[in-house]
Amino acid sequence: MSQKITGAQSLVKALEQTGVEVMFGIPGGAILPAYDPIYDSKIRHILVRHEQGAGHAATGYAQVTGKVGVCIATSGPGATNLVTPLADAQMDSVPIVAITGQVPGPAIGTDAFQEADIRGVTMPITKHNYLITNPDDIPNAIAEAFYIASTGRPGPVLVDIAKDALQMQTNFNYPKNVKLAGYNPVSAPDKNLVNQAAQLIAQSKKPVFYVGGGIIKANASAELMQLAQLVNAPVVTTLMARGAFPDSHPLHLGMPGMHGTVAAVTALQKADLLITLGARFDDRVTGKLSSFATKAKVIHADIDPAEIGKNRHADVPLIGDLKLTLKALIPSVQTEFAKNKADISAWLNEVNSWRQRFPLGFDEPADGSLSPQYVIKRIGEISGPDAIIAAGVGQHQMWASQFINYEKPRTWLNSGGLGTMGYAVPAAMGAKVGAPNQTVWAIDGDGCFQMTNQELVTCALNNIPIKVAVINNESLGMVRQWQTLFYNQRYSNTDLHSKRVPDFKLLAEAMGCVGMRCEKKSDVDKTIAAAMAINDRPVVVDFNVHRDAMVWPMVAAGTSNDEITVARSMAPVWDSQEL
Amino acid sequence: MALHTLAVLVENSPGVLARVASLFSRRGYNIDSLAVGPTENPKVSRMTIVLNLEGHALDQVNAQLFKLVNVIGISEMKPTNSIQRELLLVKVANNSKSLEMVKKFGAKYSESNGVLEVEAVGERAQIEKFLSELESVGIKELVQSGVVAMETGATTLADRTLTTLGTANQSSGDNSTADYQN
Repeated sequence: MSQKITGAQSLVKALEQTGVEVMFGIPGGAILPAYDPIYDSKIRHILVRHEQGAGHAATGYAQVTGKVGVCIATSGPGATNLVTPLADAQMDSVPIVAITGQVPGPAIGTDAFQEADIRGVTMPITKHNYLITNPDDIPNAIAEAFYIASTGRPGPVLVDIAKDALQMQTNFNYPKNVKLAGYNPVSAPDKNLVNQAAQLIAQSKKPVFYVGGGIIKANASAELMQLAQLVNAPVVTTLMARGAFPDSHPLHLGMPGMHGTVAAVTALQKADLLITLGARFDDRVTGKLSSFATKAKVIHADIDPAEIGKNRHADVPLIGDLKLTLKALIPSVQTEFAKNKADISAWLNEVNSWRQRFPLGFDEPADGSLSPQYVIKRIGEISGPDAIIAAGVGQHQMWASQFINYEKPRTWLNSGGLGTMGYAVPAAMGAKVGAPNQTVWAIDGDGCFQMTNQELVTCALNNIPIKVAVINNESLGMVRQWQTLFYNQRYSNTDLHSKRVPDFKLLAEAMGCVGMRCEKKSDVDKTIAAAMAINDRPVVVDFNVHRDAMVWPMVAAGTSNDEITVARSMAPVWDSQEL
Repeated sequence: MALHTLAVLVENSPGVLARVASLFSRRGYNIDSLAVGPTENPKVSRMTIVLNLEGHALDQVNAQLFKLVNVIGISEMKPTNSIQRELLLVKVANNSKSLEMVKKFGAKYSESNGVLEVEAVGERAQIEKFLSELESVGIKELVQSGVVAMETGATTLADRTLTTLGTANQSSGDNSTADYQN
């Protein structure tokens, strides 16, 4: 007969047994019983300043380590503040577990103080969720939550626990293994379909690897490299897959999609075969779906069966873990190649000519002010391939994807699916906690930064020395770009005045960070070097940049990828035989 | 667009109906009827969902539905190999015309205070036809159960979808939990 403990003790014991090393959270009334045993636990609890910060920090931690990130909050507003990071993690398939306190069982449904039906609220934005009212159920729910979050297609799981369940006495019984009748993620793909895929690859004259974030989730970069070299076909990496395949590799064409490279976008458009690996035909990649890659057959490898045929018909679906899928596909392709292999040299020449003729680039502002792209490019170059970059959402995010070379998986973090402004600072915080020996830069916009910068206080007090580059164009830059292009330059409510208020340098210093400012191109390198030299405190650099810089290339929302522009009203100039 | 009948086994846990409803609402799937009830296994409930869909959209519905952790198994009930029934309770005016219709259908009925309380069971199409006839005599109140469906023959839905119950953490190459994957 095991000793009776409280539900709260049972919760913390379960978290310890699951292997949790760190969690991000804020206490409050309903979760308070849990914070008492947390006080004694070996789990590091990082007290954040806003629950949204806890959620994104858990995501950043998970993205960098591949482990499950954990955040914890109280009922009502504490829990609802987690809604955005949960939706974010759901969209980007990030394994996090959120633990929330709930009002006591008998009070549930009475509109009690700080009551919110967070299980109901988060049903559509979590992979699964629980409401626990019986303390005996706590260890099982925790074990299941971590199992569900981390297996199959990863995602967020919320465990809401009633306060009285945390206070009641219970026996601690941690399950030896998790058994779920209705959850059985597929692991290995169908052998026949793998062979069919290999045949399509051998026959294809214009293949492209369309690589998504799933490759990083599956830790399958090495297998991808092997297959890409075997097929010797061009590779594009989506916003979520930056770093899955080295940018320096000659087969890599960069990012496809709305702000993708001309070569990547055009290669997908003109391909006769898309070898789709852990990507989901998102509208930001496909543009107008009916005009996307119309001549291509599709091999679609994904662990989530619901992605198959959701947006685009798959000629050969490969449902399973991507690492296992690639391991099965490589020998199968070798067998097919031994029999025959279509000549793709003309295709490679064509693709390379696009790459040479339409490289990514930017103009220096005519007035001599600082170019945001230059700043971002230099941060990448000076920090090197081991640095982790976490971006906010907007122009700076696109530039950070375009102008920094990613060589390794898990070095690029961003909010791809949900597009959560304010993601960068807390995600960088979580990343730095997960990878304390790597340089972590948050590349943020002045709009984004003002949404979640309070977590710099958390960083300063908990020895989490991240670096933040505020790409300050004193406006909501991406929205302003759309107003420039589509709303007759009527800049409704996009001027933030943030070169005057707030003073980011002083704000940083007020939060216990080092604050710096950089306004001239000639100061960029030394400012970055100075920021790189500080490792005992967070650093914030306010880069005052030109406000009218725009993100190019661009495929306007809802239009065909064939209508890509390389600058305002400027289509790429094609050779006549390419049209 | 065509009607499809899905039999869905779900864990008998709180919130499971809300999960299914939330999914259908969010993804814009058009539910024609939905009936839920207990099964021979107290841990499992069964939903019969009639959907109005394009043919190929059914795969997507199945796949999305199956992603719900509490959904154990799904099988489409085809008219050719299943019994599909709906219960209709209706109050109509008690007169010779309505009585004749009710008798012709073979529905149970009782008479009280000038109304006929009618209880009819049948296939969806039969019930619809019966209802349209009754409309001519004036329907005072109407309740329908939604369709419930069961496959004919010795095989049960549980046989086909619950074979992995309790061993769900083992990898399954056989896809035994989901008909749509076969």
